[in-house]
Amino acid sequence: MSKLHIKDLEVNFHTREGIVRAVDGINLSINPGEIVGLVGESGSGKSVTCNSILQLLPAPPARIESGTIEWSGKDLLLQGGSEMQGIRGKEISMIFQDPMSCLNPYIPILDQVAEPLIIHRLCHPLKAMEDAREMLEKVGVLRIAECPRAYPHEFSGGMRQRAMIAMALITKPSLLLADEPTTALDVTVQAKVLSILKDLCGSLGTSVLFVSHDLGLVAELADRVVVMYRGKVVEQNDTRTLFTHPAHPYVKALIACRPTLDISQDRLPTVEDFIDSKEEAPLNPTTISAPNPLSGQEALLEARDLIVEFKTDEGTVRAVDQVSLSIRRGTTHGLVGESGSGKTTLGRSLLNLIERNSGEIWLHGKRLPASGQNNDSGFRKSMQIIFQDPYASLNPRLTIEETLLEPMAVHRLGGSKTERVDRVVALLKEVGLGAEHLARYPHEFSGGQRQRICVARALTTEPDFIVCDECVSAMDVSVQAQVLNLLKSLQANRGLTYLFISHDLGVVKFMSDEISVMQAGRIVENGSANHIYNEPQTAYTRQLIDSIPAANRTSGFKG
Amino acid sequence: MSRLIFSRLLQAIPTLWVIATLTFFMTRFAPGGPFDSEKAIPEEIKIKLEAHFGLDRPLFEQYILYIQNLLRGDLGPSFKYPEWEVSELIATAFPVSLTLGVLSFIIALLIGIPGGMIAALRRNTWMDYLPMGLSMAGICLPTFVLGPLLIFVFSTQLALFPPLGWYGASDWVLPSLTLGLFYAAYIARLTRAGMLETLQQDYIRTARAKGASSWRILTKHAARGGLLPVVTFLGPAFAGLISGSFVIESIFFIPGLGKFFVTAAFNRDYTMVLGTVLFYAILIICLNLVVDLIQALLDPKARQAK
Amino acid sequence: MKPEKSSSLGKDAWLRLRANRMAMVSLFILVAVGLLSLLGPMLSSHAYDEQNLDRIFENPNSTYLFGTDNLGRDLFARTTYGGRISLSVGLLATFVSLIIGVTYGMISGYAGGRVDAWMMRMVDVLYALPFIIFVILLMVMFGRNFLLLFLAIGAVEWLTMARITRAQTLNLKKAEFVEAARALGFSHTRILFRHLLPNLIGPIIIYATLTVPAVMLLEAVLSFLGLGVQAPMSSWGSLIKEGAEKMDAAPWLLLFPGSFFCLTLFSLNFLGDGLRDALDPKSSKD
Repeated sequence: MSKLHIKDLEVNFHTREGIVRAVDGINLSINPGEIVGLVGESGSGKSVTCNSILQLLPAPPARIESGTIEWSGKDLLLQGGSEMQGIRGKEISMIFQDPMSCLNPYIPILDQVAEPLIIHRLCHPLKAMEDAREMLEKVGVLRIAECPRAYPHEFSGGMRQRAMIAMALITKPSLLLADEPTTALDVTVQAKVLSILKDLCGSLGTSVLFVSHDLGLVAELADRVVVMYRGKVVEQNDTRTLFTHPAHPYVKALIACRPTLDISQDRLPTVEDFIDSKEEAPLNPTTISAPNPLSGQEALLEARDLIVEFKTDEGTVRAVDQVSLSIRRGTTHGLVGESGSGKTTLGRSLLNLIERNSGEIWLHGKRLPASGQNNDSGFRKSMQIIFQDPYASLNPRLTIEETLLEPMAVHRLGGSKTERVDRVVALLKEVGLGAEHLARYPHEFSGGQRQRICVARALTTEPDFIVCDECVSAMDVSVQAQVLNLLKSLQANRGLTYLFISHDLGVVKFMSDEISVMQAGRIVENGSANHIYNEPQTAYTRQLIDSIPAANRTSGFKG
Repeated sequence: MSRLIFSRLLQAIPTLWVIATLTFFMTRFAPGGPFDSEKAIPEEIKIKLEAHFGLDRPLFEQYILYIQNLLRGDLGPSFKYPEWEVSELIATAFPVSLTLGVLSFIIALLIGIPGGMIAALRRNTWMDYLPMGLSMAGICLPTFVLGPLLIFVFSTQLALFPPLGWYGASDWVLPSLTLGLFYAAYIARLTRAGMLETLQQDYIRTARAKGASSWRILTKHAARGGLLPVVTFLGPAFAGLISGSFVIESIFFIPGLGKFFVTAAFNRDYTMVLGTVLFYAILIICLNLVVDLIQALLDPKARQAK
Repeated sequence: MKPEKSSSLGKDAWLRLRANRMAMVSLFILVAVGLLSLLGPMLSSHAYDEQNLDRIFENPNSTYLFGTDNLGRDLFARTTYGGRISLSVGLLATFVSLIIGVTYGMISGYAGGRVDAWMMRMVDVLYALPFIIFVILLMVMFGRNFLLLFLAIGAVEWLTMARITRAQTLNLKKAEFVEAARALGFSHTRILFRHLLPNLIGPIIIYATLTVPAVMLLEAVLSFLGLGVQAPMSSWGSLIKEGAEKMDAAPWLLLFPGSFFCLTLFSLNFLGDGLRDALDPKSSKD
C-alpha cells in the first residue's frame, strides 16, 4: 500500500484569452486506507488536481508547470505513456461525475467492467467476465444476471454509477480517485451509492480522494478534509476539527452559508460576510423590511385535480397525477421531489407552458384558459418563471437592455422608451447590478449575475406570482446564498408569491412557508416547513430526510 | 431488428407507388412528351406502343395496365430501338455499372477510412494536413476533370491503362479510381470529423483511466462511434455513386446503365428513361435498407424500429 | 470583470475569422474570381462568342490571354463569361434552396409533434433519391431552360438546408430563453423572428457557403452531360467538357476553365470551414 504525496503542484491553462492559473502551488497527502475529501467551488482547481494525478488533463491547453506527485517511489508527473498505462486502472483507479457519458454506449456494461482485468492481464478473459459479474452483483446491479449483454442506456443513473465503482475497484487498486461521483444523482440514490463506496473501499483497504463541492457530503465520508479556493489550499484538517473549529474565513463562510434543516433563517450568511476581497462589485441587497401585511389568508393561486400526461415510446406517462394546490398571497410554497417526480412539469403547467390534460387553475380567483390559447396577456403578466440554467435562459444575441425592454414593449407598460429604460435601470439596481451592464451581452457575465438578470426579467411585467424552477440548483453554495437572499428580500419588499421547486430539502425549507413533497406525479405530503422536518408523516419524506448527509441536516457537527 | 426491416419495407411501398404514378402522369401530360399528337413517330413503333400502353382505352384503364405491367417487370419496348425490351437493356447494362460501383466503393473505403483515422490521431501535424489537403482537393476536383486528367497522364502520356472501353480488367482501373478517389475524399473528411468528436467524449477518458493503450482505445472504444457518420453518409454515397456513374461512363465510354440512361435522355427514349428511373428507385430503397441495418448493428440505441 | 467595451457574438466571430489565414486567402480568391467574371468579358477585346476561324487552337499569347478554342473563340472571354453563368447559377440556386429549406425546417422544428414527423418523413423519402435523375428527367420532358435549371437545382439542395435548420431549431426550442419568451407572452411570430432566427443565422450562413459549391458541381455535371445551359452561353461545366474532348490538341482548353472551377470550389469550401470554426469555437476542428 502506498502513500500519495502532491508537492507544490502548479497547473496552468493556456487559452486564447490568456493564461489561467488553475492550480497555484498545492500540497496534499493521502495515507494508505484513508479517505480524503477535496472540497471547493467551481474554479477552485479541485478537479484539475484530481485529473493531474493520472495525467488525464487535456494536454494542450493544460500544462503542468511544476511540482511532483510521489507514489510508490516514483514521480507520477515524470512517467511516460506506457508506465502510466500500467498504473491507471491497476494501482490507481478513477470514477467520474456523469455515468451516462462516461460509459461507452456501444459496449455492454459487463464487458466494460471486466476490461481493467483484461487490459492488465490479471486473469484469463473468461474468468474476468465471471469476476465482473460477481462484482456487479456485489455493488447491487442485480439485473446483470438476467441481462448480461445489457448496454449502459438500459440502466438508471444510480445503477450506472455503481457499475463504474465496480469497474474501478475490480482490480483492487490502492487508491481510488472519485471526481464528484454523486453530484448528478438524486439524494436517495446518492446515499446508497456512497455507502457502497465506503464499504467496498473499507474492505479492500483502498484509500480514496473524494472530490466534491458539497462540504456536508464530504464530512459524512472523509477522515480528512482539504478545502481549495482559487487554485490554493486554504485549509486542511481532520473532518471534526475542520467543522467545529474552522480557521480560514472562506471555510467558515462555506460552512455557514448552507441552509440546513434544523434552523429557520431570514437570511443566509454569504461569503462576503466573511471575506473582504471579491472581484465582483459588492452586493447591496435591499434590506428586509417588516413582513408584508398583505400575506394573509386568501389564496393567490389555486389548482385542482391537475393531470398532465406525456406520450413516450413505452406508452403514456402521467407526469402530474391528480394534484391540487393552494398558495396564499405573499407566501412561498415549496415543492420538493427527486428526478421524475413531476415537480418541473407541475410548475410549468401552472403557467400554461405545458398543456394539461385535465384540471383547473385559478389566479386571483379567475380561471385560466385551456393551454391552447396561450397569449392571453392578462394572466401572462401576473405569472412568471425563473429557470435552472442561467446560461440557456438568456438570448445570446440580445443585450441586457433589449432583453429587459422587450416584455415591457410587448405588454405596453411604462409609456415612452425613456420611461422604460428608467424602469429597467431601477430593476437592475434592485437585483444588485447597475446601469453599466445594459449594453453588455449575456456571455460576458458569470452564472450568478445571469441568474440575477433573469430575476430582473421576471419582474419586468410586475407579476404577483413567480415559479422558481430549481433556479439555484446549478450554482455554487456561496452564489446560491446570495441569490436566495435576493429572492427573499424581493418577496418582502414587493409582496411576491413564490412556488419554489427544488430537489434540495434544505434550500426549500429555507425559502418556504409551506412545503409539498412530490413522488411519481403525486403529492405525498403537505405541511408547514418546520412540520415536515420535525414530524415527517410519510416513509418517503423520512427517507428523503435521512438520505441527506448529517452535516447538511444540522448546523452543528456530529462526527 | 426484424421489426425494423418490416417497417422499412412498409414505408418503401408507398414511395415506389408515388414515383410510379408520377412518372405515369408525366409521360401523359408533359409538353413535348411521347404521346403528344404533333410528334411524328414511325408507324411500327406507334403500333407497338399502342399495344403495350393501351392508348385507345380510357385513362384509368391505361393506369391499371401500367401498374400491372410494372408488377410483372414489364417496362415496355424501348422507343428508339423497339426490337429491344427496356428490361432486357437494363439487364445487360446493369452488371457493368454494378462492377464499376463496387470497385469504386471499395477503393473509397480502403483509402478514405484509414486516411481519416490517421488524420484524427495525428491532429495538426503533417499527417493530418496532407491527407486533409488531398481530400479537399479531391472534393473540389470533380470527376469530369479528374477523369480526363488521369486519361491524359496514364493513357496518353504513360500508356499504362487504356482510356476507353470495358473489355478487360485493365479497363477497370482508371474509371474506378476516378470515381473512388472522389468519394474517398468525402469519407476521409467524415471519418476524421467523426473520430475527433468521438475522441473527445467522456467515455474515452474513462478508457484511458482504466489503462487502455491508444490502439485499444482507437479500435475498441472510438471506432464504432467515430464511424457512424460514415455509415450515415453511405445512403447519399450510394446515390452519388449512381449519378457519378453517368459521368464516368460517358468519359470512359463504358456501356453501363448510366450511359444508357443519358443517351436515352438525349434520344428522348421515354420508356427507357422511365424504366431506368423506376429501377434506380428500387435499387436505392434497397440500399438504404442495408444502410439502416448496418447502422442498427453498430448502434444499440438505433435498434428499436421507429 | 471584462473590459468596458462590449463585444457582440458577431464581432467575436469576425475577429476569429480574420485570424484564420486559409479562410482569408479563400475570401480573397473568391472576390478576385468574382470580379474577373463580372468584368472579364468586357475587358477582353473579343466577345465571348466571336469566332475567328483563322486562329483556332492557338496557345496563350498576347492577343488571346488564354488561347483560342476549335472555333477561334477567345478562351479568356469564354472562361470569364462562364464564370458569370456558373457563379450566378450557384448563388441563385443556393438562394432558392435557402428560402425554401430554412422556412420548411424552421416551421417543422418549431411546430414539433406530428407536423414535424410528417414533414421530415417527406424529406427523408426525397433525400434518398438521387435528384440528378429527376433533374435529367425534367430536362428531357420540359426542355433546357435557364430558369428551370436553377429552380430544379435549388429544389434539390433545399433538403439538406431544411434538415439542418430543423435540427438547430429543435435544439433552440428546448433552450430556456425560448420558454421564457413564451412565459412572457410573446407571440409565435415574435419568437420565431426575434429569438430563433438570429440564433440560426450562424449555421445557415455556414451551410449556405457550403451549398454554393455543391450546386455549382451539380450544374457542371449537367452541363458536362450536355443537359445544362445551351451554348454559346456555356458555363464552366460545358467548357470543361469541350476541353476534355480536345485535350490532346490543346490542354489549356481544359486547364483554364478547370482551374477556375476547382479554385472556386476550393475557396468556397475553405471559407465555409473557416466560418464554421469562427461561429462555433467549441467545434471539434480545433
